[in-house]
Amino acid sequence: MARTPRYAREVAVVAFAQSDHRRRTDELSEVEMVMPVLHQVLARTGLKAGEIGFTCSGSSDYLAGRAFSFTMTLDGVGAWPPISESHVEMDGAWALYEAWVKIQTGEADTALVYAYGKSSPGPVRDVLTRQLDPYYLAPLWPDSVALAALQAQALIDAGETDEPALAAIGARSRASARTGNPHAQLTGAVPQGDYQVRPLRTGDCPPIGDGAAAVVLAAGDTARRLCERPAWITGIDHRIEAHALGLRDLTDSPSTRIAAEHAGLFEAPVDTAELHAPFSSQEVVLRKALGLDEGVAVNRSGGALAANPVMAAGLIRIGEAAARIHRRESDRAVAHATSGPCLQQNLVAVLEGDRA
Amino acid sequence: MSAAAEAAASPPGVLRAPLVVEFPFTRSLGPVQSAFLTGLRERVVLGVRTTAGQVMVPPVEYDPVTAEEIRELVQVATTGTVTTWAWNDHPRPNQPLDSPFAWALVRLDGADTALLHALDAPGPDAVRTGMRVRIRWAAQRTGAITDIACFEPHEGPADPQGAPHDGAFAEPVTGIVAEARLDYTYSPGRAQTAYINALSERRTVGERCPSCHKVYVPPRGACPTCGVATTDRVEVGPAGTVTTYCVVNIKARNLDIEVPYVYAHIALDGADLALHGRIGGIPYDQVRMGLRVEPVWTEGGRYPDHYRPTGEPDADYDAYKELI
Ligand SMILES: [Zn+2]
Repeated sequence: MARTPRYAREVAVVAFAQSDHRRRTDELSEVEMVMPVLHQVLARTGLKAGEIGFTCSGSSDYLAGRAFSFTMTLDGVGAWPPISESHVEMDGAWALYEAWVKIQTGEADTALVYAYGKSSPGPVRDVLTRQLDPYYLAPLWPDSVALAALQAQALIDAGETDEPALAAIGARSRASARTGNPHAQLTGAVPQGDYQVRPLRTGDCPPIGDGAAAVVLAAGDTARRLCERPAWITGIDHRIEAHALGLRDLTDSPSTRIAAEHAGLFEAPVDTAELHAPFSSQEVVLRKALGLDEGVAVNRSGGALAANPVMAAGLIRIGEAAARIHRRESDRAVAHATSGPCLQQNLVAVLEGDRA
Repeated sequence: MSAAAEAAASPPGVLRAPLVVEFPFTRSLGPVQSAFLTGLRERVVLGVRTTAGQVMVPPVEYDPVTAEEIRELVQVATTGTVTTWAWNDHPRPNQPLDSPFAWALVRLDGADTALLHALDAPGPDAVRTGMRVRIRWAAQRTGAITDIACFEPHEGPADPQGAPHDGAFAEPVTGIVAEARLDYTYSPGRAQTAYINALSERRTVGERCPSCHKVYVPPRGACPTCGVATTDRVEVGPAGTVTTYCVVNIKARNLDIEVPYVYAHIALDGADLALHGRIGGIPYDQVRMGLRVEPVWTEGGRYPDHYRPTGEPDADYDAYKELI
């Protein structure tokens, strides 16, 4: 194995599971939605909940409007008597980052990371305005599609894409989901539809839905014992753009590029990329920032344009990339997760499988 | 995110109720934000000069690159140029305009960065990147970003700009109240739906953990000890035992109950977890641990109004000590 040891400990994704992603899950509470996914991911490793060293989750109470909902979903882990546990009010990719740090410190050898989002009970486009600058942006209620559309228009003005190219990204994503992702919410041919906020049409926007995902991380020989071909995290980093939208060049993502550099992405080619681009236009930005050429398989899972459980969709990118390594469909993959408006914050992970 | 998708129906038989969450945060302002928002009230737009010499509008308190404190204010124009835009055919609640408009990032003359707001234009064909616009002021101004009603197309010279400004105004704005309301539709899920449906028949139904056999009331769908779904429905009560209690001396808002009264943990017979309820039908200072109680329902009540003594002898401490 020719990997440069970048960190104190080798850590790998050894299992991944996700729910079917659906427009509504009214018949299930959050813990009822999450629990089967937790059981599946543990079953894939043979570990019992009590054998996990650290548990970390990502979710947002604002989505379903339920205060401290993450404490309820902890019931699904078997968290009593108290376990070593933490939560981030962010996408689960950042929960994975915290768990990875915990393992690096030597305080745990294994970690369960899970994330979930139930967007169906509320107006998610409006809900997401509450994460914006409270002085200058939030009082205007600029919704998530509107902000993405501003970025898309900037890309079109810069000559980096056009509406047919954006439509092709959505169509390709959902065609991939049809063959490669039984859990996706939208698959196959979907009408490109009307403008939601011009220049973005329905087909450029992610579906709204509910879902959950979980991964298990393990260090060194534990990973080798739990998984036939661990997806080693050979690099991981996350960076954030300046806060003010009007200060940024919306056609680029320097934070993604810097995170990728620190994760060692550019040291060797990748064959697979899982990009967290909820809007078609954001894939254009990410491909440029990560330097992906046509030879790289991008979002074979369909990405967030096929299923976008908010707060889980980023973790799912890491899980999907790892699963391709587990299945020997990839040797070196990049996974990306984003948070905030117009790719505000970005996490990049490089995953590698041992070559025989 | 289509309108059709947003209107997707939920399955029949699912309980649902409106849930309104309101959170009016009161936020204080730093000196730069205060000068900017007070300036808007006075129809003056201020930027701040960054360490690198750029003029930022809207301004911030700290340099976005070096994190140094920045305080040098500059007056910029009320005219500017669109740097990117997006046509919004379906304005959503609380957005700046009720009729179709463009979202726009506008670089005001004299500024190096752009400000987000609405642009009132007749249609998307009347908007382009690079077009000239100016601020339309709100009639009522309070020192908030909404003092700018929107932008409007503008053919004409730029306002004067670039003059230093000390940021001093009479009666400066020092804070904002950020109103927010979100409307949800609450559905309780499988376990709690069964619990609520049973309550409507004046029965209390918990769920048993298949692993440790504890009976949870009310059930939340999972056993927090075993991390598995609770499955078997078990009717408990109706009577139970007070395991612990407190005397409430402060009247709660919107609650028409005379103080003092007793609020208690009550282990219903057959349950392995105590639920809580008010104790009535007995002077507050005679309630005790071990008291046997039963629910009292009111006409049309969706849950017991309170619990009252059954008249049975008190339960032995050993019978409920594990449930405290
Ligand atoms: Zn149990």
